[in-house]
Amino acid sequence: MKKIILFFVLAINLLQAQGIKIKGSDTVLALSQEEAEAYNKKSKANVSVTGGGTGVGLAALVDGTTDIAAASRKIKLEEKMKLQEAGKKFKEVVIARDALSVIVHPSNKVSQLTREQLEGIFTGKITNWKEVGGEDLKIVVYSRETSSGTYEFFKEIVLLRKNFSSSVLALPATGAIVQSVSQTKGAIGYIGIAYLEKTIKPIKVSFNQGKTYVEPSVKTAKAGTYPILRPLYYYYLAKDESKVKPFIDFILSAQGQALAVQGGYISAK
Amino acid sequence: MLKKYIEKAQIIILAASSMITTITIFLIVIFLFTYGFEFFSNSAVEKGFDIAVHSSNPVSKLSPTQVQQIFDQEIISWNAVGGSNDSLEILHMEDLAIHYTEEQIGLEFENMGTCISDYLSNHPNAITIIPKTNIDSSFHGKIIQVSNLQLKDIFTTSKWFPTSKPVALFGILPMILGTLLVSFGAIILALPLGIATAIYMAEIMKPSWRKFIKPTIELLAGIPSVVFGFFGLVVIVPIIKDVFQLEVGETALAGSVILAIMALPTIITITEDALKNVPNAVREASLSLGASKWQTILHVVIPFAKNGIITATVLGIGRAIGETMAVLMVTGNSAIIPHSFLQPVRTIPATIAAELGEVSFGGTHFQALFALGCILFLFSMSINLYVNYISRPKHKI
Repeated sequence: MKKIILFFVLAINLLQAQGIKIKGSDTVLALSQEEAEAYNKKSKANVSVTGGGTGVGLAALVDGTTDIAAASRKIKLEEKMKLQEAGKKFKEVVIARDALSVIVHPSNKVSQLTREQLEGIFTGKITNWKEVGGEDLKIVVYSRETSSGTYEFFKEIVLLRKNFSSSVLALPATGAIVQSVSQTKGAIGYIGIAYLEKTIKPIKVSFNQGKTYVEPSVKTAKAGTYPILRPLYYYYLAKDESKVKPFIDFILSAQGQALAVQGGYISAK
Repeated sequence: MLKKYIEKAQIIILAASSMITTITIFLIVIFLFTYGFEFFSNSAVEKGFDIAVHSSNPVSKLSPTQVQQIFDQEIISWNAVGGSNDSLEILHMEDLAIHYTEEQIGLEFENMGTCISDYLSNHPNAITIIPKTNIDSSFHGKIIQVSNLQLKDIFTTSKWFPTSKPVALFGILPMILGTLLVSFGAIILALPLGIATAIYMAEIMKPSWRKFIKPTIELLAGIPSVVFGFFGLVVIVPIIKDVFQLEVGETALAGSVILAIMALPTIITITEDALKNVPNAVREASLSLGASKWQTILHVVIPFAKNGIITATVLGIGRAIGETMAVLMVTGNSAIIPHSFLQPVRTIPATIAAELGEVSFGGTHFQALFALGCILFLFSMSINLYVNYISRPKHKI
């Protein structure tokens, strides 16, 4: 009897040890979950996925509490230096790509904005829709919290590293932003295109001072014409490579990439 | 003989349990305040980095706010901070890769100091960030002194940019005011409503109704706070937006309403139990002396149940102040100083919940969040002490 119990305890522990832990970006969360489900079914493995934001995932990688950190932005210089100081070598792999769409309420007349106008809106210099060709309505700006990779990426590419205005409303998840923008007339926010739905309107963006405006879609992202495009990364420590490689190879395989495209993401290549 | 030892053992176990509980509480408080106070020994600049300028630049000291304004391009000329009339040039560390190749910088960033020195000598009006480890003999620029984080800075700055590079601003004032506003709003809404409901349920309601309503209210106490947050976001926020004709419904008022709804079951249940525990003899005595039912309730039953009502108040307030998830979803979380209930606010519990996941253990941001926790703790404790003070037994002749 005791031997049977011992056997089960050992077996469960071994299974747990085989488990791969993924932590980090909420944008990558949906993708990680799909891939993990398919991979778990295929290889009887135990991949577990949690969110929390890109910052959370990378902090966990530095602290050693996760195997893979899912990130919707590149690793920052100081995070790289922290890993270096701890003597941990890390590896980076692009598993898919995602386009960020700026969204407004469906009744908003404005349907295109330049990068400069977006910067003005999100840093608080432009406060009324009439300044960018809309109605006389105060602009209500929604953003993600500072732990979000989406937040950092948007700050770097669209705001050119300037800080958001203090009066933006910070919501904890993409779902909350979709909910709030869909029910507030003067609202503007930003989300991954995988979350676009009928209750909100995407905006065409121009990064060449208004010469051409491009709309956010899988087609324009793949073609490279949509400017707010970001790779989605998995970061892992070099010493864990043999443990996580099978799962990462699965994601980069034809089946894995097909799952990504199905989920509204863009393939890694 | 054995019985005596068993009794002694039981007493020791009870004493040990109470000791362990007390010590745990002390340890938590000490842990909280240790990290909170460590916060004030930090430099405002990101750990391990310094601000550098050209060696001929007359400016040698800057305040954290000035550095933030420079890097946000709100200040564009050196004369605003006491320098020459030239316009500022900013070099971000990530942009170093644009001006120098990877070999020049070094794969492990060994030569960054040399590259930054080189850049500064070519651009005398530039300001840049440099990691402390790269400041060696090859560095020819000048390091700017930035003042440390001081108590008065934290309480007078109104900007909360904890992840900003190179200088993070930790203005706590907006969060303190936000917490106070939302909590007091919730207490003002919940206390009168809760106590009135409890009085009705205990004294006036038909017993058959009570059998049905009491479990329903107790059920309300068991709903998870995230569900309340979702309910608030989808139902309360649009209602507030329409009723008050605002641009946005995520306001302190929404937070107060949700917190009031969450505190109500606690306040009602405990107050009602306290009122029910007033012995019937007291009521009958009062009625037999000629008092009406209302006079009995107001002047006899409620004072008798005072302690229970105070307990209910304290627990309800505690719930209102500390509630995190629901408030995080409905108050908008913008770190501005609120001037009315109809503006978005950022409360301390919501800030800690939203940001604690991504901070690295022991960093400045981490300590700032603990400092916020200390303030929250002091706030709760002072309310509890005040409530206990006003309910102390008064001298009877």
